[in-house]
Amino acid sequence: MPGRCGRFADCRRDPLPPLADRYGKDVGSLSEVIVNQTSNSSLRKGKKNRRRHRGWVICMYLAPAVFVYCIYIFYPIIETFHLSLYEWDGGFTRRFLGFDNFDKLFSDRIFWKALLNNLKIVFTSVFLQIPLGLIMALLLLSKLRGRRFLQTIYFMPHLMSTVAIGLLWMFIYDPVNGAMNRLLNVFGIPNIAWLSDEKFAMPAVLLVIIWQHAPFYMILFKAAIVGISEDLFEAAAIDGANAFEKFRYITFPLLIPTIVTSSTLAIVGSLKSFDTFYIMTLGGPNNSTELIGTYMYKQAFIHFNMGYGSAVAFMMFLFAFIAAGLLQVIEARRKVKGAA
Amino acid sequence: MLAKLKTIPLYALAAILLIFTGYPFLYMVATSFKTQQMYFTDPFGLFGSLQFGNYIQAFETGLATYFMNSVIVTVISVLLIVFIASLACYPLSRMKFRFSRLLLLVFVSGMMLPVHSTLIPIFILTSHMGLRDQLPALIGPYTAFNLPVSIFILSQFMSEISREVEEAAEIDGCSHWRIFWNIVLPMVTPALATLVIYNFLHVWTEFIFGLVLITSPENMTLPLGMQRFYGEFSVNVPALMAALTLASLPIFVVYFMAQEKIVSGLAGGAVK
Repeated sequence: MPGRCGRFADCRRDPLPPLADRYGKDVGSLSEVIVNQTSNSSLRKGKKNRRRHRGWVICMYLAPAVFVYCIYIFYPIIETFHLSLYEWDGGFTRRFLGFDNFDKLFSDRIFWKALLNNLKIVFTSVFLQIPLGLIMALLLLSKLRGRRFLQTIYFMPHLMSTVAIGLLWMFIYDPVNGAMNRLLNVFGIPNIAWLSDEKFAMPAVLLVIIWQHAPFYMILFKAAIVGISEDLFEAAAIDGANAFEKFRYITFPLLIPTIVTSSTLAIVGSLKSFDTFYIMTLGGPNNSTELIGTYMYKQAFIHFNMGYGSAVAFMMFLFAFIAAGLLQVIEARRKVKGAA
Repeated sequence: MLAKLKTIPLYALAAILLIFTGYPFLYMVATSFKTQQMYFTDPFGLFGSLQFGNYIQAFETGLATYFMNSVIVTVISVLLIVFIASLACYPLSRMKFRFSRLLLLVFVSGMMLPVHSTLIPIFILTSHMGLRDQLPALIGPYTAFNLPVSIFILSQFMSEISREVEEAAEIDGCSHWRIFWNIVLPMVTPALATLVIYNFLHVWTEFIFGLVLITSPENMTLPLGMQRFYGEFSVNVPALMAALTLASLPIFVVYFMAQEKIVSGLAGGAVK
């Protein structure tokens, strides 16, 4: 950690600002200042000017990013909260309600259903997607032939546009001509109307989510496993460990931090889910695939309940904020453990 | 011999996953080359036919416009993202100042934000700016929501550069701008390439801002156009598949050219 001294050391390394000429001759060039050891007062003055200039430089470089963040991120979050206190249909008049929208939200059956569906996405990620990603990563690191080809194909679903994925899978789930039903027919299972049946719609879309995102975890795990020191495996081999034992006692324990982080990210990912569900089911049938995201969109942009939609949107922000905080705590604790 | 036998279940598992991940693409491409008649009689034949009529039809029904719109929005947004992120990362990772770590954290935490929580105000703001239903409306949100991950990736790369070259330049009296432009940026070129590809993939496939901010077909980007196609072509499945294939083509061209970059960028972009 650079303390106060460290910061001063940084300052001294700073280049001489071109602006310095304006502040008078006694500033001189940086190397001159150091070599000639000019009088104390002029040195201090130069330092002050340089620091002020440095502050300017920092601000100028950060300005565009701060500007974009303020307009499209910070202001909208605050304004979302502000709008959530009103009843407003997007027209000229709006009515102040206080926290009534939130009251209504907490007794809204569909909101809770949507929240439950979001939780289903989290659980699917943790218990199906992440393990599948791990299996794929292990396959890519095994001694199979054609691993490069496998990786190329395995990863493709993650790249495709979610709209295209949604549309493509709608035809795979087609009740009459779909590939999914044809496959199940082979096992003697009759046709199912996947996306229009309340019982099957959610699992059907979740399978698409797994298909799309498992490759992401595959890449994460592959990078994490490659990072494990080869010495550990060699030592285990000398002790006579087989492949399973190596995985059980070396790879898996060392992957736990990655698994924990990925699981927390799954919460954020679930809050961001929208496209696939919007395309494939629009939250239906009978809200069985409703997510907080689709519900917010419908309230705000289909029913024009801008105030109520904002309340839903602000809840999404709060959930994401909590998840982000959780992630910070986990990271900090891991660092403490690593240092101990 | 025994060792070989042991790998058979592994190959079987690999093959099952290969079919699971790859088949939908095969289905999409194969269907796009069929006539409607053939699709109904033989929906699962893979290499039965090769006719480009569907592609021509897809182009004639507006795909060219969507494609151009996507190209314009993507090019401008990606350039802006990479430029603004590089500017911001220079002080954040090369000059330590009092709140630099906190500021970096604030910038990066934007990664966690669901776009929904900003959607309504951005919709209203865009209307006030008179940009609603116009292509430039998308550039601001696309830039803002891809900056966090870009700053995250780039600041890691930038802070790894050794200070020596920079110090030498400082003693020679180089301005900050010249150090940034002529020394630091060239040294992170690989990272910039990763950012360009990464952001291209995200912007090219973005849907929800487009859905909210754009309504008329002549201003739609590809994801919106595809959804519209579905509305019009839900009967003509091969034409829709041709449209999906064409829309995904640039992604896969980039992927096959720069697979390593995409994969490593992804591993670096996620929280380590």
